[in-house]
Amino acid sequence: MTVAAEGSPPLRMAGSRRSPLLQSEAVQGFALISPTFVYALILLVLPILVVIAHSFWTQNYLTIDHTFTLENYRIALTEPIYRDLLWRSLYISLTVSLLTVALAYPVAYFISFHGGRHKSLWLFLITIPFWTSYLLRVMSWKVILGYNGVLNSGLMGLGIIDEPSTALLYNSTAVIITLTHAWATFAILPIFVSLEKVDRTLVEAATDLGDGPLRSFLRVTLPLSAPGAISAALIVMIPTVGDYVTPKLVGGKDGVMIANAIQAQFGKASNWPLGAALSVTTMIIVSLMAGATVLVFRGLQRLAR
Amino acid sequence: MLERVQSERTQTDRTMIEIRDVTRSYGSFKALDNASLAIREGEFFSLLGPSGCGKTTLLRMIAGFDKPTSGSIAVDGQPMDGIPANRRPTNMVFQSYAIFPHLNVEQNVAYGLKRLKLDAGAEKHRVGEALAQVSLTGLGKRRATELSGGQRQRVALARALVMRPKVLLLDEPLSALDKKLREQMQVELRRLQQAVGITFVLVTHDQYEALAMSDRIAVMFGGKIAQVASPKEIYQRPVNRQVADFLGGMNFVKAEIVEENGASLVLDTLGFGRVRADKPRAFVRNGGAATLGIRPERLRVLWDNATAKFEVSGKVVERHYFGEITHLIVEIPGLEKPLSVTETNDFGADDIPVGAPIRLAYDPEALVAMAD
Repeated sequence: MTVAAEGSPPLRMAGSRRSPLLQSEAVQGFALISPTFVYALILLVLPILVVIAHSFWTQNYLTIDHTFTLENYRIALTEPIYRDLLWRSLYISLTVSLLTVALAYPVAYFISFHGGRHKSLWLFLITIPFWTSYLLRVMSWKVILGYNGVLNSGLMGLGIIDEPSTALLYNSTAVIITLTHAWATFAILPIFVSLEKVDRTLVEAATDLGDGPLRSFLRVTLPLSAPGAISAALIVMIPTVGDYVTPKLVGGKDGVMIANAIQAQFGKASNWPLGAALSVTTMIIVSLMAGATVLVFRGLQRLAR
Repeated sequence: MLERVQSERTQTDRTMIEIRDVTRSYGSFKALDNASLAIREGEFFSLLGPSGCGKTTLLRMIAGFDKPTSGSIAVDGQPMDGIPANRRPTNMVFQSYAIFPHLNVEQNVAYGLKRLKLDAGAEKHRVGEALAQVSLTGLGKRRATELSGGQRQRVALARALVMRPKVLLLDEPLSALDKKLREQMQVELRRLQQAVGITFVLVTHDQYEALAMSDRIAVMFGGKIAQVASPKEIYQRPVNRQVADFLGGMNFVKAEIVEENGASLVLDTLGFGRVRADKPRAFVRNGGAATLGIRPERLRVLWDNATAKFEVSGKVVERHYFGEITHLIVEIPGLEKPLSVTETNDFGADDIPVGAPIRLAYDPEALVAMAD
């Protein structure tokens, strides 16, 4: 403090009576983020620490045995049921994120390149599904995919199938379809933003140098909008691994995901330490997968050049 | 002088770009109004005009980024109707340079070559050659984001030249550079064009740039081509006041046509009396009135007892000092507007007191008649 005061020019000290510490940019920055930071600390970091701590303890009927043990992790990683659930969760979230990005990209491209004066209207239309509750949207998929649902009656009416198909609802496909729809907006927006940042003159330059529309897209627009596509994929992938409402409602027994198991451990099964170990394992694997996705995308980008 | 000699070598009489009755309308607004133009092979041609005069629209139509509402464009005898930009024998240097930010210099230059499927050696050779032409040898691995403005412009040039186009289109390529670099690039661009012998079409709003680099210039206003001629002719024999005014300073004097014959006009003026002036090639008579013009640097201060065959006298009302030259504003009895005079400071023009009587000499050949 004294050192800082001596270091600052005397003229400035005379002009302002505030402590030089408050004038430092770093301190001002910390002050600005401190409410959010404290909030995140209390509601994010502390609960995670509690979960991590629990994962090394043991449930002893109604009390928790606080001796350090890795037993929970052994169960989480070796029990076939948890391993299968984890794999299925990863498979579903990866499929959902790739599908969502693949379907969202053309929509974002259309709005950005051909939206003209109606760009904001298009974006507004895309957010309309959010006016209803997520549960209602999942329920409506039940109506569409169900035994006597819209899709089955439609297909029967057209004579394509003779009796209602049971392959549509209560399995992992139903979960994938529902999640892909639910997360579409979250993928469209980041891709749209990155496409908006692509300088249109660059596309013209590519055309001028001999590229047709497809080639200029693959060589200029796509690589330059890749950051948006990557963040869209991550935005969808990370939360969907831990989703438990969707599998519970449309997943049936084939669509159960790891989060349902975690919920069961914290609820009915009342084995918090095992639930905690499953959570931590899932968190670590998702982080690794997110990192791997970024690396794969970067590799693809380099190949495309 | 040297450049003119060289220029005769690269230019031929063949027409490279033929623009016939081209109009481009946006609703009721005509960005380009019935323009016709023939640009020769190997020529450095400039489209000069203020912003919104239609010069960029014309350039983009030659490149294929815009379509004429009516009329036709042919490049090297080939009609360009319906041919998309990527299949035209033209390449463009964009105003913003449009360097691909995700590629390095080499990859940027090789961008268009990839489609030609050359073998690796040949491609590398052509890229190296193009980089050498724009003095960027050794910077091939630089990322596009690590380049200065001048370097980006060179990359854009190399990227277009490496395609060996029949026509190189340049859209205000120097406008983003600072003054010194801009002047240096003018010389370099001209030299490069002479070296490669490709037809260059330059769009610019900077008259000095056009005068310094071009073989011929088309001056455009409001979607119409006002005059097409060599820099010297455009400067010395502008067809109308608008062209004269756009290319540097010009004193305008009201005149009455007394006599019109083949190559010259006899005019009656208040300040200069009855004079004979060359008639510009594209002169269109508009009643009996015309304008007589004289450039400020073609009026010379007469010192002491010196006399000249043709002179006017008046009074200095303003003096502006510009280092190597001094700008004098001289009131001449009978003229409604005072004359601008530019005099070099070698003989002390910067010391002429405001209010002093002054005599000015002029060469009748420097007088130019213009349509009103």
